[in-house]
Amino acid sequence: MRAEVALGRVGLWFLVLVISIVLAATARDTGFAAHAIIIAIVSFVLMWMSAARFDPMGKARGFFRMPQGASLYDDDPVRWGVLATMFWALVGLLAGVFIASQLAFPQLNFEPYFNFGRVRPLHTSAVIFAFGGNILIASSFYVVQRTCRAQLAFPTLARFVFWGYQLFIVLAASGYLFGVTQSREYAEPEWYVDLWLTIVWVAYLIVFVGTLARRTEPHIYVANWFYLSFIITIAMLHIVNNLAVPVAWNGSLSFSAFAGVQDALTQWWYGHNAVAFFLTVPFLAMMYYFVPKQAERPVYSYRLSIIHFWSLIFLYIWAGPHHLHYTALPDWAQTLGMVFSVILWMPSWGGMINGLMTLNGAWDKVRTDPIIRMMVMALAFYGMATFEGPMLSIKAVNSLSHYTDWTVGHVHSGALGWNGLISFAAVYFLVPRLWKRERMYSLRMINWHFWLATLGIVFYAASMWVAGITQGLMWREYGADGYLVNSFAETVAALHELYIIRALGGVMYLSGAIIMGYNVWMTIAGKLREEAPMGAMPEYDPEKDRPIVRSANPEPAE
Amino acid sequence: MSLYDQLRHFADSYGLIALLVLFLGLCLWVFRPGAKEHNQEAARSIFKEDEIKRRDDGE
Repeated sequence: MRAEVALGRVGLWFLVLVISIVLAATARDTGFAAHAIIIAIVSFVLMWMSAARFDPMGKARGFFRMPQGASLYDDDPVRWGVLATMFWALVGLLAGVFIASQLAFPQLNFEPYFNFGRVRPLHTSAVIFAFGGNILIASSFYVVQRTCRAQLAFPTLARFVFWGYQLFIVLAASGYLFGVTQSREYAEPEWYVDLWLTIVWVAYLIVFVGTLARRTEPHIYVANWFYLSFIITIAMLHIVNNLAVPVAWNGSLSFSAFAGVQDALTQWWYGHNAVAFFLTVPFLAMMYYFVPKQAERPVYSYRLSIIHFWSLIFLYIWAGPHHLHYTALPDWAQTLGMVFSVILWMPSWGGMINGLMTLNGAWDKVRTDPIIRMMVMALAFYGMATFEGPMLSIKAVNSLSHYTDWTVGHVHSGALGWNGLISFAAVYFLVPRLWKRERMYSLRMINWHFWLATLGIVFYAASMWVAGITQGLMWREYGADGYLVNSFAETVAALHELYIIRALGGVMYLSGAIIMGYNVWMTIAGKLREEAPMGAMPEYDPEKDRPIVRSANPEPAE
Repeated sequence: MSLYDQLRHFADSYGLIALLVLFLGLCLWVFRPGAKEHNQEAARSIFKEDEIKRRDDGE
């Protein structure tokens, strides 16, 4: 690197450092000041790194090293993404177990930073945006390169996307604990963090579309359609839902551009489409690449995958109002949301069947390959969650289920079962390939992970069904005199045991993920565990598989 | 008529028809004659490098 460039970069980071110190010193609230200090630390590290990286001989090295030649795929951002996925999965699941325990044992609310209200968005953002987001960015960079047979476009920008996204996660997560939130579910980060994510997301779009444009394959494989719709739609949702006016340039507080029921509808238009275009569509992209690759057979019906794609695109965007049943939202809008949610059942199951039928003729792999087993279970949970969702969106059912733990159980059978398991399967697929290992350290540990996760979800979903219906029935019960029978505190007390079972399910799911962390760690370290192969066949010895030869001359009787 | 009314009347007439026709067109497009081979080829495209590897193994 030339001296002027290096000096310019050091100067740039120094400028950012000074600005953030000024912002920290003049901030109107402590949360904003804390965030400015985080930015100051990051820019100090970057300034120090640019100075250390100044090296007249030339190339950037270390963490920011560029792809080695055009004949290799650019997999460094994918490797970091997989590691970040593992790390955030553990953080997010641990936060989940913690808040589940808080609900069972309220003494665990440590005021003010670790009470339920602050840790809950930390949990949801850590699992959705940190764990989910990282595996989506990493797997999309992997898949788009393979299916286009082209190196990632704009390597510097791809690295910026990775690190910029991690900064977004840190700012969001620390903000929740400091009480910095705009109180919009799944969109809690305040205006300046939203602006930063917008920049990172546009860079992501540029890298992805740039790679598509460089493709040497004539056809764009369907997984990339799903990824691209995810990137574009999330950009649209994020920008519209976060339109807000900050109170001051040096404070974290802002007010939404919308008011009243319009604000609520904008939020749930965003919220439900975050489920659609963050938690469904890009994970289906993973399904359409990793399931065929692991099963070693093409997707059951490519035609169906395209119809699946367009149906989700055209239908999902209307389903949001089902989050606002029996509110101030006009009745026709509620009914519209309900109808579209019910219609969505069809393409969802079409996609699930397409994924499962890919295994047609290779079902024996469910017995011998724990990664395939995980993918099949993920698809089964996708099917269950996309049946339960339309059912809960029906107004009559919703009048019982809304605001109860049934919704929480539904979300988790989708998130733990579908998003979690398909992501874990993708990580198990990617790690040996990215680090050039023969296989994972241990296949039996994958099996353990599979069973712990599956049983954990069963405990979780079953206890939340019972809890939700109990709650719903207790809330609506009234006596002959027309007064409600149960006080709210009584309905909470009734759920105590169920909350303990739920926390236990969470502990099981978390322990599966810890086993996975160990397995990934040992694989990267280059170790292979010696173990009996999965699904061993009945013993067969070709030496013994032959007739007994009688001697040509029978021995004479004595 | 307010802007809101104009927009919503457009949305539940021409907008609705246009989106429906576009959606049906996109779904029917994969059934056009000759699309079957193209689709099968696309579904197999992700396995090309495996075939290359197998050929190197001398199979």
